[in-house]
Amino acid sequence: MTPDLMKQGAERVQHHAELLASATASGGRDAGYGRVLQDRTEVDVSHGRILYLEDVSVSFDGFKAINKLSLDIAPGELRCIIGPNGAGKTTMMDIITGKTRPDEGTVYFGSTIDLLRHNEPEIAQLGIGRKFQKPTVFEQLTVFENLELALKTNKGVKASMFFKLDSAQSDRLAEVLHTIHLAEQVGTLAGVLSHGQKQWLEIGMLLMQDPKLLLLDEPVAGMTDHETERTAELFLSLKGKHSLMVVEHDMGFIRTISDIVTVLCDGAVLAQGTLDQVQADERVIEVYLGR
Amino acid sequence: MNKLILPAAPALLTRKAWTAFLVCLLAVGVLAPMLNLLVPAGSALHLSDYAIALIGKIMCYAICALAMDLIWGYTGILSLGHGLFFALGGYVMGMYLMRQIGRDGQYQSDLPDFMVFLDWKELPWHWLLSGSFAATLVLVVLVPGLIAAVFGFFAFRSRIKGVYFSIITQAMTFAAMLLFFRNETGFGGNNGFTDFKRILGMPLATPGMRMTLFVLTGMTLLGFFLFARWLVTSKYGRVLQAIRDAESRVMFSGYSPLPYKLSIWVISAVMCAVAGALYVPQVGIINPGEMSAANSIEIAVWAAVGGRATLVGPIVGAFLVNGAKSWLTVTAPEFWLYFLGALFIVVTLYLPNGVVGLLDKFKRKGGAA
Repeated sequence: MTPDLMKQGAERVQHHAELLASATASGGRDAGYGRVLQDRTEVDVSHGRILYLEDVSVSFDGFKAINKLSLDIAPGELRCIIGPNGAGKTTMMDIITGKTRPDEGTVYFGSTIDLLRHNEPEIAQLGIGRKFQKPTVFEQLTVFENLELALKTNKGVKASMFFKLDSAQSDRLAEVLHTIHLAEQVGTLAGVLSHGQKQWLEIGMLLMQDPKLLLLDEPVAGMTDHETERTAELFLSLKGKHSLMVVEHDMGFIRTISDIVTVLCDGAVLAQGTLDQVQADERVIEVYLGR
Repeated sequence: MNKLILPAAPALLTRKAWTAFLVCLLAVGVLAPMLNLLVPAGSALHLSDYAIALIGKIMCYAICALAMDLIWGYTGILSLGHGLFFALGGYVMGMYLMRQIGRDGQYQSDLPDFMVFLDWKELPWHWLLSGSFAATLVLVVLVPGLIAAVFGFFAFRSRIKGVYFSIITQAMTFAAMLLFFRNETGFGGNNGFTDFKRILGMPLATPGMRMTLFVLTGMTLLGFFLFARWLVTSKYGRVLQAIRDAESRVMFSGYSPLPYKLSIWVISAVMCAVAGALYVPQVGIINPGEMSAANSIEIAVWAAVGGRATLVGPIVGAFLVNGAKSWLTVTAPEFWLYFLGALFIVVTLYLPNGVVGLLDKFKRKGGAA
């Protein structure tokens, strides 16, 4: 080995070390292979996509619940998903939140986080919040305690044992209480709230998590018209700051809030566009009305 | 926006509860020893040795009921194997007490009698530390704690829940009982350990030692109660209740349930083990019968009778059921099992929140009227 070659080699090693040390917008120069790189709390949305599903399939006992589904959502977007019963809407949410593993396909959060490598609590901590179809709150705890549990903070055992609400967190909690119109019920057991109030409490719990992406499964089911209206206002105010994916059957509600509507059928995207566009689509009319 | 007053964090105990706690502390630590040791036996105020032994025993049971409340009442995981941890704690203490007998046994050997009987020449490996009291205290916590941790880790990681978990815990204690029944495992077979003579070199069968153990048990019960109360009033305790009510929501809120379930499971198991270690020197015997399925089920009955998720309830339940048991088995032995069965039916049908729940209901009605 000549001294020249050795010198070149040393330069390359040093150059490489400098590259490694320099912080980059896309999350380091090491190959990612889908692992979460560096700061887990930051989602890389530089490619204009916060959620990205490609060719996802899952079948239960031979029934294809999701069939080569591809879908993406932009940061700050409010996307409505409609479709007949059994179209795979809830299953899709199960896949995104880690409850169900797909048989094939890829699911990315931002452009670096492979969601298929994470379980439910990890995905929640990465910044994806989910509201269930049936309102699920902690019935034996008060509204206040429900929100406090959902608060974004260290969720380990020891941290919970010695947890004390600080003033910034109290302010945040009070803010959310006003947003979901439950300020007067702060000390009420969640179990005795009305159906619509439980829906709101669950949405409030999502807000406490401060998620980047909210998945909302039938958020206005069982709400009065007045409550539905207020929910629409709330979602529109969240748009831009958070990304939202809303599954609903209430067309009036969708008309109020939607930009782009995706129609799912038989586990795949049937049509996509504004509500008027998809409602005029022959295939959509067919699956909804039959022949 | 109006300034909103958020509820303050719950206090460890209310002022009234602190008063009640201090009364209990004085009753166990001062009053009982005075009435037993200083008041002469003929007096109406004298607390008999029998009563001291009985209450001491029930306080051990109450610790178990308290531990059961943490795992069942608050976390919603019904364990039907807590008798195992109680027995393991008892066995670790029993091994030490066996070694304390020294050469005063039937065979006047350094080895415990049953080993001589089996023609063993030296102590098996798991008896090596049993000579030391300090090591025994550590092992009382460590052995049941480790077994609970390993069992719990695999059960909770596999997301075994509800009745399946209960059945597995029941199988676990039953399997352990069969193992301890065998002579070759080195735990005295079906006779277990008995005939203890002394502890820390001091004779066991003196009024002073009996009272010391009694007071120690009472202090442990009260200490564990405060600890449990601290746990359930912290956010940790609320996460446990959340796991009980809606585990999927807990997960989607970013909590991993496994470390929560595992930690409270181990805490609960260790509490039972300590109760077992206090129980054995007081009753003077430990055998595999303590691991029988019925014993574990009884712990759950105490908690249910007293009232789940109240902490005080299970302690009250342990006293009520065991008090009734010792009274009825003397006055009308043939009715005890009928009584237990009827009690269980009544509680299940009419008192879902147990005796404490019933009292609360009356209090609230009284307050409203």
